[in-house]
Amino acid sequence: MTSLTTASTLSTEDISVWFGQRQVLSDVNLTFPGNKVTALIGPSGCGKSTFLRTLNRMHELIPGAGLSGSVFLDGEDIYGADFDAVSVRIKIGMVFQKPNPFPTMSIKDNILSGLRLSGRKIGNAEELVETSLRRASIWNEVKDRLNDQAISLSGGQQQRLCIARSLAMDPEVLLMDEPCSALDPGSTRRIEETIKELSSSMTIVIVTHNMQQAQRVSDQTAFFLADDNTPGGVVEFGATEQIFNGPIDQRTNDYVNGHFG
Amino acid sequence: MTKPAPVRRKLSAGPLSTGDKWFFRSTSIAAYFSFVLVALVLIFLFLKAWPALQEQGFEFVYGTKWVAEEGQPLIMQIGPMIWGSMLIALVGVLIATPMAISLAYMIVFMLGSRLAKVATTLIDLLAALPSVIIGLWGFYVFTPVAINWETTLHQYLGWIPLFKVENVDNAFRGSPFIAGWIVAVMIVPIVTSVTREIFSQLDKDLINGAIALGGSRLSVFRKVILPTSSGGVVGGVLLGLGRALGETVAIFYVLQISFDINWGQLLESHGGGVASWILARFGEASSGEISGLMAAGLVLFVITLIVNFIANTIVNRSQPWRKD
Ligand SMILES: Nc1ncnc2c1ncn2[C@@H]1O[C@H](COP(=O)(O)OP(=O)(O)OP(=O)(O)O)[C@@H](O)[C@H]1O
Ligand SMILES: [Mg+2]
Repeated sequence: MTSLTTASTLSTEDISVWFGQRQVLSDVNLTFPGNKVTALIGPSGCGKSTFLRTLNRMHELIPGAGLSGSVFLDGEDIYGADFDAVSVRIKIGMVFQKPNPFPTMSIKDNILSGLRLSGRKIGNAEELVETSLRRASIWNEVKDRLNDQAISLSGGQQQRLCIARSLAMDPEVLLMDEPCSALDPGSTRRIEETIKELSSSMTIVIVTHNMQQAQRVSDQTAFFLADDNTPGGVVEFGATEQIFNGPIDQRTNDYVNGHFG
Repeated sequence: MTKPAPVRRKLSAGPLSTGDKWFFRSTSIAAYFSFVLVALVLIFLFLKAWPALQEQGFEFVYGTKWVAEEGQPLIMQIGPMIWGSMLIALVGVLIATPMAISLAYMIVFMLGSRLAKVATTLIDLLAALPSVIIGLWGFYVFTPVAINWETTLHQYLGWIPLFKVENVDNAFRGSPFIAGWIVAVMIVPIVTSVTREIFSQLDKDLINGAIALGGSRLSVFRKVILPTSSGGVVGGVLLGLGRALGETVAIFYVLQISFDINWGQLLESHGGGVASWILARFGEASSGEISGLMAAGLVLFVITLIVNFIANTIVNRSQPWRKD
């Protein structure tokens, strides 16, 4: 039995996004309740990654990027005056499509890198390293080689290390952008199991192109779509079960059944 | 029964068409020609240098005397000038490295693409400025400014041996400190362009990963960007050092050249360098001394070659994790 700690709720209000003059997202309203896994699906280029990056303020790093609307973490606007980008990113972690461990650091230092980068105190390093690696279910594979270079790990292990690295920051929310797309089926399974376990302690948003994966890991699903030359948006949002087995919108039905995209 | 050993095909990426053939031929001629040219220069240098090397023995490299007066036996030992070259090059590199790294960081990570191009062009232009111009600028414009800096340095940090001055009347103007700055100006472009190249090849996902973990600009630079590119940057600095060692004319204008060793009193008005020494003596040298100056050139060439070799090795070995 896993104990359930109530995690934060993340929600967006009328999020619209521009790159220069071009609007790529319009009025996205979604709620990601605590301890739930939400899958974002949709054809390539419809703005899933872009949307995800607005959730931890990575979007603003792109020159010419624009944004309107709000993102609330437990009711507080992360773009508001009470938050700065760094404290947002500490609370809302992110895992990238391609595993990106720091190549000059050991496995252990990769785990501690977030604390060092954000200038926070490291309490009990040994313990933090172990719990983070355990939560990402990679402890047994690496416990005897914590001082090895992180790049000596396989791709799947590197990705779980990156998950562990985010977990070491003890985030409330974890954003994952196609975390398994560069991995083999075995590694993918293991990460999916990890995601399920993690949802007992945090809120997870995952972008995926894999329909089976969305059904296996998520509680709710949002279907994004961008028609030709119009900004992308959410077509349908609901329980995963309903989106896949009884979608209301015809386009959702076509997409989840592989008819386009 | 064993299978016969497989016959290997002969593979060659030879030229395909007539145009190709001509292109191959002309480029290889050009390539061989430049090899031959370098070889000829080396042979010439070596032949000219041989008499002096033979006469002075190995002491030529590390000895500290240079007597070339009529009626006296020639003693030529280039030691102090080798040291002088290294001292000035070192000062130059110490000044140029932080400047170059900051410039490269600014160009790659802070400026928009248009401004970045402008900055890159400007820095490359600096590299194209003739040495003489930098030397004259160093003499007329920079020296008066630098003397103020030196006076201040001496005043507040004079207790550090590097900034000690025996006699204030014989200090500041023409010091290795000023020469070091001139060298820095000359090598900033090459170090910047190597560093810029290394920075721009960094995996953007690494940097984004660090930012997503709550990194600030400074912490991401110190903990991720710099360690990941350190090998390449060190290589770039060594390339700059190689260039600094051979720098002649510009230094000749700003440095008070004298043959006695300056171990590291950066603000005192005397110093030297192999290349400047050659330039200083060449005009009135006897044929015996000319051989010695050629030998000095040869020694400098070898040192530069070694530094460049080390630099290239480090650049190539850096970033072993990059798989492509
Ligand atoms: N840095 C950028 N500058 C300009 N336009 C961008 C940038 N990043 C993304 N876009 C544009 O925004 C739109 C959405 O891109 P995004 O990467 O969010 O799509 P996606 O749904 O994640 O696609 P995929 O499934 O292929 O990852 C695309 O039309 C893309 O061209
Ligand atoms: Mg994407």
